[in-house]
Amino acid sequence: MFWPILPHMYNSSETKSDRVIEVNDLTKEYRVYDKPEGLWASVRGLFHRENRTIHALRGVNLSVGRGEFLAMLGPNGAGKTTFLKLLSGIITPTRGNASVLGHVPWDRADDFRRRFALVMGQKNQLWWDLPAAESFRLHQEIYRIEPVRFAQIHDELVDMLGVSRLLGQPVRELSLGERMKLELIAALLHEPEVLFLDEPTIGLDVVAQHTIHEFLRHVQKQRSVTVVLTTHYMKDVAALCERVVVVTEGSILYDGSLEQIVDRFTTHKIVTLDLEQPPAEGEIEKFGFSCEVRGPRVSLRIDRARIADVLPKLLASQQVRDVSVEDVPLEEIVAGLFRGAASRQLNHDREQGASLA
Amino acid sequence: MSAHTESSRLRVSYGWLSGLKSWWRMLIICLEERLAYRTDFALGTVMRFLPIVTQVFLWTAVFNASDRTDIAGYSRDNIVAYYLLAMITRAFSSMPGLAGGISRSIRDGSVKKYLIQPVDYIGFLLASRIAHKLVYYIVAMLPFVSVLFFCRSYFPPAPDGLTIVAYVLSLLLSFLLGFFLEATLGMIAFWFLEVSSIIFAYMLFQYLLSGHMFPIDMLADIPTGLAGVSLADVVRFLPFEYTAYFPAAVWLGKITGWELVAGLLIELTWLLVMIGVCRFVWWRGTKRYSGFGG
Repeated sequence: MFWPILPHMYNSSETKSDRVIEVNDLTKEYRVYDKPEGLWASVRGLFHRENRTIHALRGVNLSVGRGEFLAMLGPNGAGKTTFLKLLSGIITPTRGNASVLGHVPWDRADDFRRRFALVMGQKNQLWWDLPAAESFRLHQEIYRIEPVRFAQIHDELVDMLGVSRLLGQPVRELSLGERMKLELIAALLHEPEVLFLDEPTIGLDVVAQHTIHEFLRHVQKQRSVTVVLTTHYMKDVAALCERVVVVTEGSILYDGSLEQIVDRFTTHKIVTLDLEQPPAEGEIEKFGFSCEVRGPRVSLRIDRARIADVLPKLLASQQVRDVSVEDVPLEEIVAGLFRGAASRQLNHDREQGASLA
Repeated sequence: MSAHTESSRLRVSYGWLSGLKSWWRMLIICLEERLAYRTDFALGTVMRFLPIVTQVFLWTAVFNASDRTDIAGYSRDNIVAYYLLAMITRAFSSMPGLAGGISRSIRDGSVKKYLIQPVDYIGFLLASRIAHKLVYYIVAMLPFVSVLFFCRSYFPPAPDGLTIVAYVLSLLLSFLLGFFLEATLGMIAFWFLEVSSIIFAYMLFQYLLSGHMFPIDMLADIPTGLAGVSLADVVRFLPFEYTAYFPAAVWLGKITGWELVAGLLIELTWLLVMIGVCRFVWWRGTKRYSGFGG
């Protein structure tokens, strides 16, 4: 909100185009044991185990420019977290390559590690039994932040999130929302150029979510940090991200702007009317589909291609107090995308199974 | 990125000095963290004295039952002094919770933090263990000193200065050796998620072969099948006895001259080997690591 501008830091006109993250054919497979149920099966498991390969990522290609704010959406197990783990060098890929800030992440060079940060929803980098201020001091040392610079950034971040009174309290005594704010500060003290956020708002109340959205938006704008965020919440995406990557089953299904998703994947709009009196039976249905009538309030869906044509007729047919025309909720669109992808994958696997047989 | 941040980054990278500073900060933080758990510590310190009481009773009974005044070169007084000295070595070399803590951090994924941040995990563990020990010594100082004071009659006269230097050296080496042995053990969790039985097996060997249970020179009469080589000769080349027996025997004047120098060299060699092994295992392990625990 009242983010003090640091004009000397980044020149905002520069280098929007240069590629901060480049990913080619990135593939990660895990081998897991299938543990059958039962005691006998467990005993047999001592001698013989069935391996199964999980395809967490199937050859992902992606390129992210400096200062982009990118959201990865996908159902549980889609590969989002695996992707962030690879980009932050926690794990090594089975195949393919990646470059973040010109480094191969899983080489874990200190030079690289000083220039990015990863915040994972509920995993803490703060010391559980100590006040956050201590963890911050430690970060100052390990990231080698100049004392003056440290004080400046520290104060700015703390002010922005309004957490100064929490700094002296052991972290374990804080609420989830308070902890998350302090985690974010810890991650930003060294002014990372790339920030990975893994479900940063998971489990937070609406107010805390909102604060964190505001905070992230400002930090990102002011410092042109490149942010990659994974989330389940459309609110996060709508509030923050220009670019959305939808991932299912380890592959990228869609990569583009949020508006384009709505454009490409919806065929209709939702029209809601407040009428003077409840409509007659069957009166509304002829204008659209999925009609819902609750007393004088009526909502229905109308094909986008026909809306300009249909809406005036609809309005003329009733005594209307109020009207709104909205896009289908994002949740619904994305859920539809996920379902479509899941069934395609299933068919694909079946075909492969058939061709093998 | 802009020229400004590049230059400020250069300005603050003052090399190893900064590494030392961050290590120091870790030490301070670990100290603060340890001090948050006073009761746990006080209790742990008291419990440490219990086994030795049973040992003293056991050996008193052994001596009473036989007519001998010495067993394998140890008089009854010597034995009590030995156990007290071995206890002191163990206060340096034992690493309660180290291997278990490392394996837990691998299993539940909290080790990730050290993969992401520009910090050396092993260096961090060492700082935290030194802090752990320092706090322990502060708490344990009083009981240790009083027990040694009450038992002063069991001890032979204090050794000469050079022997004391060798003793202190062997104690410090035993701390580091114990640390790298157990740290390596904990990192096996990169390959087998459940390592508590491996740790248990190690502890068993450690207990038998370190001199924690009985002085190692009592093994000098046990043949190994090779001509002129006793079990004690074999154990001398293993790392275990340097974590309990060796410093105690140095203080008691049982190891002197070239034997003492050789012992210190073997201890130092094992330390260097274990530093190497520990680093290697960490390197291989993190390569293999798949980030368990979400």
